[in-house]
Amino acid sequence: MRIALFVTCVNDTLFPDTGRAVVRLLERLGHEVVFPEAQTCCGQMHYNSGYRRDAQRLAVRFVETFGDADAVLVPSGSCAAMIRDNYTRLGEAGSPLGREAGALAPRVYDLTELLVDVLGVTDVGAYFPHTVTYHPTCHGLRVLGLGERPYTLLRAVRGLELRDLGGAAECCGFGGTFAMKNAEVSSAMGWDKARNVAGSGAEVLCAADNSCLMHIGGVLNRQRSGVRVMHLAEILASTEEEPAHT
Amino acid sequence: MSRTFVGMPDFPTAAAGATHDPQLRHNLREATHTIRDKRDSAVGELDDWAQLRAAGKAIKDRTLRHLDGYLEQLESAVTAAGGTVHWAADAEEANAIVTRLVRDTGEREVVKVKSMATQEIELNNALDQAGITAYETDLAELIVQLGDDLPSHILVPAIHRNRAEIREIFLRTMADWGVPAPENLSDQPAALAEAARVHLRRRFLDTKVAISGANFAVADTGTLVVLESEGNGRMCLTLPETLISVVGIEKIVPSWSDLEVFLQLLPRSSTGERMNPYTSTWTGPTDGDGPRNFHLVLLDNGRTNALADEVGRQALRCIRCSACLNICPVYERTGGHAYGSVYPGPIGAILNPQLHGTSDPVDASLPYASSLCGACYEVCPVAIDIPEVLVHLRERVVSEPGHAAEKATMGAAGWVLNDGRRLGLAQRAIGAARSMVPRHIPGPPSAWTDTRDLPDIPEKSFRQWWRKREKAQEDETTGARQPREDGAEGRQRSDRRGGERS
Repeated sequence: MRIALFVTCVNDTLFPDTGRAVVRLLERLGHEVVFPEAQTCCGQMHYNSGYRRDAQRLAVRFVETFGDADAVLVPSGSCAAMIRDNYTRLGEAGSPLGREAGALAPRVYDLTELLVDVLGVTDVGAYFPHTVTYHPTCHGLRVLGLGERPYTLLRAVRGLELRDLGGAAECCGFGGTFAMKNAEVSSAMGWDKARNVAGSGAEVLCAADNSCLMHIGGVLNRQRSGVRVMHLAEILASTEEEPAHT
Repeated sequence: MSRTFVGMPDFPTAAAGATHDPQLRHNLREATHTIRDKRDSAVGELDDWAQLRAAGKAIKDRTLRHLDGYLEQLESAVTAAGGTVHWAADAEEANAIVTRLVRDTGEREVVKVKSMATQEIELNNALDQAGITAYETDLAELIVQLGDDLPSHILVPAIHRNRAEIREIFLRTMADWGVPAPENLSDQPAALAEAARVHLRRRFLDTKVAISGANFAVADTGTLVVLESEGNGRMCLTLPETLISVVGIEKIVPSWSDLEVFLQLLPRSSTGERMNPYTSTWTGPTDGDGPRNFHLVLLDNGRTNALADEVGRQALRCIRCSACLNICPVYERTGGHAYGSVYPGPIGAILNPQLHGTSDPVDASLPYASSLCGACYEVCPVAIDIPEVLVHLRERVVSEPGHAAEKATMGAAGWVLNDGRRLGLAQRAIGAARSMVPRHIPGPPSAWTDTRDLPDIPEKSFRQWWRKREKAQEDETTGARQPREDGAEGRQRSDRRGGERS
């Protein structure tokens, strides 16, 4: 299958490993990945901060860039949720944006949805001999409704031992600009999340959204916890021949 | 006169203090997790919860769409049942009406059933200024009143207090308000409840005027409905001679059959019970049974402003169950006082700015008091999309004067992000500066680096890697001699991950 990758601005700029892992994984599974270079950002930051017109412009750009794709892969739960859930709200009723975003939305997938629902694979042939705990992230959990998909994929990884995460459904406290505007509360939430991560006894905290991982990882780093954070794609791309860099 | 929320700091300032109070954090965590677990199991018992929730939403939406008609119907029905209806456009008018009604009875004391509407209009202070003492009878509300405190939760106004603190408040102040607490009072829940019972009993028997709110007002019969757990409300609603009910105009349901839905949704969402212990309904006064005079004060106080907002009006569906408070990770760490209003938590964050406008710094800060995690929307029994309204209200806040720095930053970011080439150039600049980023950044970003490490910035962006790879593949096909990129540069930023920095 030909899959259009929307890598997201945060991944593109700060976490290119995730994009590379997605490409490696999908090509290993026999699919073609295309990267439309006109892509930039889904507009989530502008939308969530109340800058509707900026968000509208970015949504129009996204729809123009990806409108023809058979499947758009978004390796970030919150960005996938932004495109699927909020783009139609950004377009006034009957506007081209509202119409086109609505038509595109069903072809926009999170990584676990693409693998399990579209490509029909739960064992991606990965090898990752470490203890891992999974943070479901708010948008993956509540807006996309990813459910068991990530756990099913992780359980099929050879060598991987999956550990339960206490308070998994609770927000880590990142929330985009929330981390700046309400820094004290955001930190308190992040430190509580980090405590649960430590309590899981896992070596690696995994999620499908690097923004949350940047926040929790920032706390884990500050605490000298020894726990590493990794995007789900990097674990799934890892094989004996080409292991992920832990 | 009791304390008010007036003059409190904005949310981030008040919240910062709360996050550093370990006792408060402990009290809140214990309480919210207990109620949240109870709610979970009570809701889980019903296999038609999703349909009930959809029905609750639909009934409230229909009522709000035709609110004018239902209000007139309610007024006619209450009047026909022998009650008197008063209309109050704002808090001042409502307080004036209630004060006059109490004065007309010649009484100087009133008992109160817990009521959000009367807290909202700060009725107790208005009565106090008129020389009338209002006695709260709900246990938690009593604790707040005796402690000269402010409520911090819709359902459990004293949620921020633990048993030891409540015992201390009872021993210190009960005597000033009536029957004193027993000298050997322990901090056991049964002993505290008994002290409150004895304290309140005399008050119920002696007081001639009661003031209540209502959970629901049934338009076609003019019936008011109060749900409660302690029975103190029923004492207020039945013993005094005059009953004055202050009710927000959004509390209407069209008919009794609609109550079937809400009497399931509300107790399970609020107290995690299948049914609340006391449900009282009254339709005007009845000879020889209950109050002889009944007054209904219908309160607007900003509600029609909210109604006029197509996105925001869904906040008026709220049935004040407080499920959103109990699940909210922000509320759990800040408590209710940080919201600067009687409506705290996620619902307060969307309700207050709509009722009051956003000119006050506290109200302007509330739409940002959320990480938009969506847990509040998930538990809301009438499906208020709180995150949607928060974002909508943020739009309103930034459309007003001020916020120059943020507007400039967002504008610049928007400009860069509106063009793939510009973004690529920005990424090159960021990559080039990667070694110069300090561990602690001064100025606004210190909000991040005070408690968290920044990720390491990679040398190359994904799009740079992709272009190079494409070029290499192209050259390979055309036979040019170029080594293929293998992604090894990813290793350069491996210390983004925890524990590898020294």
